[in-house]
Amino acid sequence: MSDELAAAPARWLIFERIGKASLQLFEEVGRFFYILHSTIHWSFRRPFDLQQWTKQMVRVGVDSMPVVSLTAMFTGMVLALQTYRGFERFHAESFVGSVVSLSLTRELGPVLAALMIAGRIGSSLAAELGTMRVTEQIDAMHAMAVEPIHYLVVPRVGATTLMLPPLVAIANGIGVLGGFGVAVYLMGANPVVYWEKTFQYLDLNDVFSGLIKAAVFGLILSVTGCAKGFFTTGGAEGVGRSTTAAVVMASVVILVSDFFLTKILF
Amino acid sequence: MSAIPPTQLRVGRTSQSLAPATPKVAVLDLWKSFAGHEVLRGINLCVYEGDSLVIVGGSGAGKSVLLKHFVGLITPDRGHIVVDGEDLTRADPRVSLEIRRTFGMSFQEGALFDSLDVFENIAFPLRRHTAKSEEEIAARVHECLDLVHLIGVEHKATGELSGGMRRRIGFARAIALQPEVLLFDEPTTGLDPVTAAVIDRVIVEMRDRLLVTMVTITHDMRSAFRIADRIAMLHRGEIIVDAAPELVRDLADPYVQKFLAGEPTEEEVT
Repeated sequence: MSDELAAAPARWLIFERIGKASLQLFEEVGRFFYILHSTIHWSFRRPFDLQQWTKQMVRVGVDSMPVVSLTAMFTGMVLALQTYRGFERFHAESFVGSVVSLSLTRELGPVLAALMIAGRIGSSLAAELGTMRVTEQIDAMHAMAVEPIHYLVVPRVGATTLMLPPLVAIANGIGVLGGFGVAVYLMGANPVVYWEKTFQYLDLNDVFSGLIKAAVFGLILSVTGCAKGFFTTGGAEGVGRSTTAAVVMASVVILVSDFFLTKILF
Repeated sequence: MSAIPPTQLRVGRTSQSLAPATPKVAVLDLWKSFAGHEVLRGINLCVYEGDSLVIVGGSGAGKSVLLKHFVGLITPDRGHIVVDGEDLTRADPRVSLEIRRTFGMSFQEGALFDSLDVFENIAFPLRRHTAKSEEEIAARVHECLDLVHLIGVEHKATGELSGGMRRRIGFARAIALQPEVLLFDEPTTGLDPVTAAVIDRVIVEMRDRLLVTMVTITHDMRSAFRIADRIAMLHRGEIIVDAAPELVRDLADPYVQKFLAGEPTEEEVT
C-alpha cells in the first residue's frame, strides 16, 4: 500500500511532462502561425522597403550560391556513382541520366538546398532577431510606431521565399552536370546517350513542382527562424537556444512537409 | 509655460488632487500580472503637459513594466492609459499607432540598431514617418545631435560608442520626430556618477528647450531630484508617494526615508 502511494507522484510526473510538452508544442505552432499571419498581413502595406528587400535577397540568394552549388554538385556526382554501380548489375547504365535528373529536380535539389539554407539563413535570422529582441531593439522599433514585423520580418521571409526557387533551379543544373561528369568521365558512359536520357523522362511538371516545393521550404524555414528569434527570451543563452532550435525545427518541418507536398504535387 | 518656475507650479499636486488641467497622460487603475505574480496593482497616475515626472522604486517594483504600458509594449490586464483623452488600451491599431508616434522613448542601454550607424539610427524614424528630403533629414539629425551635445559622431558605428554616448544617441533618436511626451527608461543606470550627471543635464536641457512632457523611471535618487518636477514612488506594484521632490525629501514615511538613504528595510534583507 505504502509502495503504491510512493509510486503515485512518479505516475503524475509523466502526465505533467506530457502536459508541458503538449503546451510547448501548441505554443510553438501558435507562434509560427502568428508570424506567418502577421507577415502576410503586413506584406501589402506601405512603405515597401526596397533597400531591405534587396539586402535580404542578396544575403539569401547570391551569398548562398557557393554552398548550395557545392552541395548540389556533389549530390549529383554521388548519385551518378551509386546508380551507375547499381544499374551496371542489370545492364541499365543508360538510365543513370534519368535517375539523376529526376531525383534532383523532384526531391534532392529542393530538400538539400532548403536544409543548407535552413542552416545558413534560418539560424542567422533567429540569431539576428533574437539579439535585437534581448537588446530591446525590437521594442524600440515598436515604440517608434514602426511595426517590427513590417520592417524586419516581411523582407526576410519574402526574400527567402522568392530566392529559394532560383537557387534550386541553379542547383538542379549544377547537380545534373556533376552527375554527367562522373558518369561520362569517370565511369565511361556514352555522353550523347546520357544527355538524351537526362531529358527523355523529365517533364516540365517535375521541375516546376520541385520549384514550388523550394518556395514552400523557403517560407517554412524563414518563418521558423523569424518566429524563434522574435520570441527569444533569456539573454545571450536564449539567443543561442533560439538559433539551434530554429535550425532543428526548420529541418524537421521541411522533411515532414516534403512528404505531404510530394503526395499533393506529384 | 508661465513665468512661475515649474517646481513651484507643481508643488503638492498629485494625481489624486483636483488638478485644473487635463492630464496629457492618465494611468487609471492599471493592473498587470505575469505568471500569476502581480506586478502592477491598481496604478493611478497623471502626467500633465510640460511635467517632468520621475517614477522611482527598487528593482522589481514594476517601473519598467509601467513605462512599457505607455507605448503599448505591454497590454494591461485591467485599467486604462488615456493619452489626450484617447484610451490607448482600447484604441484600434491605426489610432494606437498615431498615439505612439507622439511618444519618444529612450531605452536603458540605448537600444540602438547595431546594423545602422549613428546617423541612420536617428534618421530611422524620420525615414519611416516623414517625407523629408535627404537634406532635411541630415539637418534634423544634426539638430538632434546638437541637442545632446554629440556633434561629429554621425558616421560612427554604434559599437564604437561609450555607454553614456549610446544613451545620448538614444535620446537624439527619441526626439527626432518632435514627440510630445518623452519617456526615459533608467537613463543613468550603470554609468559612473560624472557621466550620470552629464546625462541628467542633457535631460534637463531637453526639457527646457523642447518644452516636452517627460516621464523617467529610475532608482537613482540623485538623478531623480535633479530632473524631476514631481516624483512618484512605486513599491510592490503600487504608487505610495506622488508629490513634488521637496515634499518627498521631507516625508516622514519610514520606507521612503530608507529608500532615499539607500538602506534596505528588514523585509528586503530577509
